[in-house]
Amino acid sequence: MARQRVAMRDHSAESRLFNRRSLVSIIGTFALICVLLGNLHYLQFEQHDTYTTRSNDNRIKVLPLAPPRGLVFDRNGALLAENRPNFSLEIIPENVDDLDQMILELSELLELSENDIERFEQNRKHTRRFKPVVLKSQLSHEQVAMFSVQQHKFHGASIDASLIRFYPYGDSLTHLLGYVARINAKDLERLEKENKLAEYDATRTIGKQGIERYYEEILHGSVGYQEVEVNNRGRIIRTMKIVPPIPGKDLYLNVDIRLQLEAQRLLAGRRGSAVLLDAKTSGVLAMVSSPSYDPNLFVNGISSKNYNKLLNSTDRPLINRATKGVYPPASTVKPQLAVMGLELGKISVEQRIWDPGWFQIPNTKRRFRDWKRWGHGWVDVYKAIEQSVDTYFYKLAYETGINEMHAYMSKFGFGKYTGVDIHEESRANMPSREWKRARYRQPWWQGDTISVGIGQGYWTTTPLQLAQATNILVNKGKIITPRILKSVGDANSHIGLPPQVQAPIALNSEKNWQVALDGMYGVINKSNGTARKAFKDTSYVAAGKSGTAQIVSIADDAEYDAESLKEKHRDNAMFVAYAPFEQPEIVASVVVENAGGGSSNAAPVIRELFDSYFDAKDQL
Amino acid sequence: MGNYSQEQKNSLWWRLHLDWPLLLGLVTLIGLGLFVLYSASGESSAMLNRQFVRISLALVVMFVLAQIPPDVYMRWAPLFFFSGLLMLIAVLVVGDVGKGAQRWLDLGVIRFQPSEIMKLAVPLMVARYISQHPLPPSFKHLCVGAAIAIGPTLLIAKQPDLGTSLLVAASGIFALFLAGMSWRLVAAAGGLVAAFIPLLWFFLMRDYQRQRVLTLLNPESDPLGAGYHIIQSKIAIGSGGFTGKGWLQGTQSQLDFLPERHTDFIFAVFAEEFGFIGVVLLMCLYFYIIGRGLFIATQAQTAFGRLLAGCIILTFFVYVFVNIGMVSGLLPVVGVPLPLVSYGGTSIVTLMAGFGILMSVHTHKRLYAQ
Repeated sequence: MARQRVAMRDHSAESRLFNRRSLVSIIGTFALICVLLGNLHYLQFEQHDTYTTRSNDNRIKVLPLAPPRGLVFDRNGALLAENRPNFSLEIIPENVDDLDQMILELSELLELSENDIERFEQNRKHTRRFKPVVLKSQLSHEQVAMFSVQQHKFHGASIDASLIRFYPYGDSLTHLLGYVARINAKDLERLEKENKLAEYDATRTIGKQGIERYYEEILHGSVGYQEVEVNNRGRIIRTMKIVPPIPGKDLYLNVDIRLQLEAQRLLAGRRGSAVLLDAKTSGVLAMVSSPSYDPNLFVNGISSKNYNKLLNSTDRPLINRATKGVYPPASTVKPQLAVMGLELGKISVEQRIWDPGWFQIPNTKRRFRDWKRWGHGWVDVYKAIEQSVDTYFYKLAYETGINEMHAYMSKFGFGKYTGVDIHEESRANMPSREWKRARYRQPWWQGDTISVGIGQGYWTTTPLQLAQATNILVNKGKIITPRILKSVGDANSHIGLPPQVQAPIALNSEKNWQVALDGMYGVINKSNGTARKAFKDTSYVAAGKSGTAQIVSIADDAEYDAESLKEKHRDNAMFVAYAPFEQPEIVASVVVENAGGGSSNAAPVIRELFDSYFDAKDQL
Repeated sequence: MGNYSQEQKNSLWWRLHLDWPLLLGLVTLIGLGLFVLYSASGESSAMLNRQFVRISLALVVMFVLAQIPPDVYMRWAPLFFFSGLLMLIAVLVVGDVGKGAQRWLDLGVIRFQPSEIMKLAVPLMVARYISQHPLPPSFKHLCVGAAIAIGPTLLIAKQPDLGTSLLVAASGIFALFLAGMSWRLVAAAGGLVAAFIPLLWFFLMRDYQRQRVLTLLNPESDPLGAGYHIIQSKIAIGSGGFTGKGWLQGTQSQLDFLPERHTDFIFAVFAEEFGFIGVVLLMCLYFYIIGRGLFIATQAQTAFGRLLAGCIILTFFVYVFVNIGMVSGLLPVVGVPLPLVSYGGTSIVTLMAGFGILMSVHTHKRLYAQ
């Protein structure tokens, strides 16, 4: 049967059939190859640019390079803020299988504190998973070595070498210099708004206070870039291109670190502030706020425990008292008030008044007491300044009125920003009718004016404002904005900044300046001057004015008894001074909180500061 | 009979039972493959050596199989097929698991994949069965022929090894097609498959399999997951452009962005480094080999020889089409290597064994002529 069927087969027909099918197959094959080639042509021609871009995106990564931050020096070249190498242990959470276990093992190896771990967990929440988070910074060389040997066990952890800000003088310059700290969400927001986010791609810290904040742009420099080729695990295969970062410029301050340290020493253990200005340039030679704190704590992120301690301290160390502390100026502003009275014709050099120990607004009963219970007798303007006669200035205030006082004292910068080059500054308050109505919804009483006449009441100033007002007086109306920065530059050249001159105070009679200055001379150099003891036997001739500011009002007839008052209610001791009298070089203001009388408690601080200044000068 | 002169038949090649035009194409392709592999392996000479040893073994297998006359194959086909089938079942019962699939049979001395045997056993068996009856085959014979191919296909698909099962099924179907299955039936089978697709999609496919198809349609939807391979491969191909980035210069491959670059995705390395020009040349080479293979098939004297040779060469094309189609994003990713270029032992040996049989069909003709 089978044989028969085989015999019936038409072999040539089968062969022809097969040949036809083979032809169909080869045509089909060709067609399908054309489909493949068509698709490849689409990918390699039409889409070539797109895929080239994507291929480059795959392999080329642009790494930002942080610019080294500019250094800060004092006027003599002493290094105030530097960059130190820092090794820190970083973890990229995404690359770690068991984070808790790894931290446990690293804790044993490197003796991590609970603080380190707490901070790490906190930072981790704010960082994207594929970015490194610092677990411990400032590793010692031993720790770096210890980790490096065992690095293979800790996939996802690595040592990062960077520069970290360091302030060698610690708490001596905190309020003036400020500090840098980790860039936070608020900083990022601001940088974004200012279109500077790209500049900070590689930067981790930013100036938060003081000079570090004010001159952030100069200190920071410009970010650089490194184009690298990476493989699929992100490992760098080679560097293709480097655009080096432009380092930040160095700053030279007007500050003299010796005077700064001296001022800090003199205020040690007390709450207060001292400001020392160059009389010719208004450069800030020293600016101290006491107590202070160590800015280095903030650079790596301060622990919440330490921060709360600073924040909750009743001594308020975080506040820069020199620019943000507001105090009634008390008698320190009497020279400026005298200039005002002479100019407005309310008083004259020849005119004398009788001081019975009190002043009374006509047709009222209330008596405004002089500090000397039995009065100073006959008083002219010189004696009024020398012995700080309150009655004289009560009368002047009464006759001038608050409107004109506000206008005239504003010229000396009271109630206005001095414009010093740090952002932490208060305007304090030069009161006016408008101000009181807005602030208290009350009309201005005549009694308010009388208190303002001796720098009390609603009038407040910052120590820097006081120094600057004295400086304006010393320069006979010439106004130069106080400035901490002296010059900007690098190792080779630095450019001095031109003084920032403001519109001067012009007097009808230039002699009126000398009257106030002569009065200040008497305060220190006349037999009845209030501060003659503090400035006894100086090698230079100084002039100044004391102030004793009441913190709580005392009943009109009651005696001031320091012993019975709580410390915080005691008077603030204030003093402003300059020297030498003939050719002034330096101007100072000092406030010591709750210390009592200005002549006995604040004047000696300035005396010692002046001594240091002139001693140093003599040694040159 | 009359197609070959005595001179040809007495030539050295003829006596060695080798077809030199086909051999030339194969050796050129293998040589090119080694070049590409050197680049794709990250210039690993160890990998190149191992591949070289496999190629030598494959050439020996080809040579040996070319010496065996076709009627021997025909005689032994059933034994070959049924023992292969048994081993496939054995694999499912006691096989070794490798890479999540049960493909390997460990015979103590050697481990091997029975599915590779089926790539040859199925065309042998189908060709034998169909050629025993007058052609074109009757409907009944077509059904039996199809069953011979579909049985092993299902067993292999269950391992699961989609790529191989596809190749095995293709080899059976090509035999039926070349045997002269009527166009109406071809159309009906095509229609049946088309009707089966929605059924497959909604009732038979698992979620992850559907995901794989969706990823093919839009790889960008999951760039780091399922779409990663295909995206990186398309980037490699596309960035190659007209002239390519140059040998050893492909950034996608040299920097490890391309996964499986020395095995299934080696075509992307080639396309990146040699560009469209290289791709066209490679296609020409493949087309030349397939053309030569089909020519050999048409020259065969028996129906068995014709069908066997046609099956083997068209299955070879399926390798090429599926691999390049999947690497360039036209087809879903199934594990099919680029024939004679991809790194890996078994496929190269099986392929060269197929070419050995092809040469045997071609060079043993005169025995029938006498």
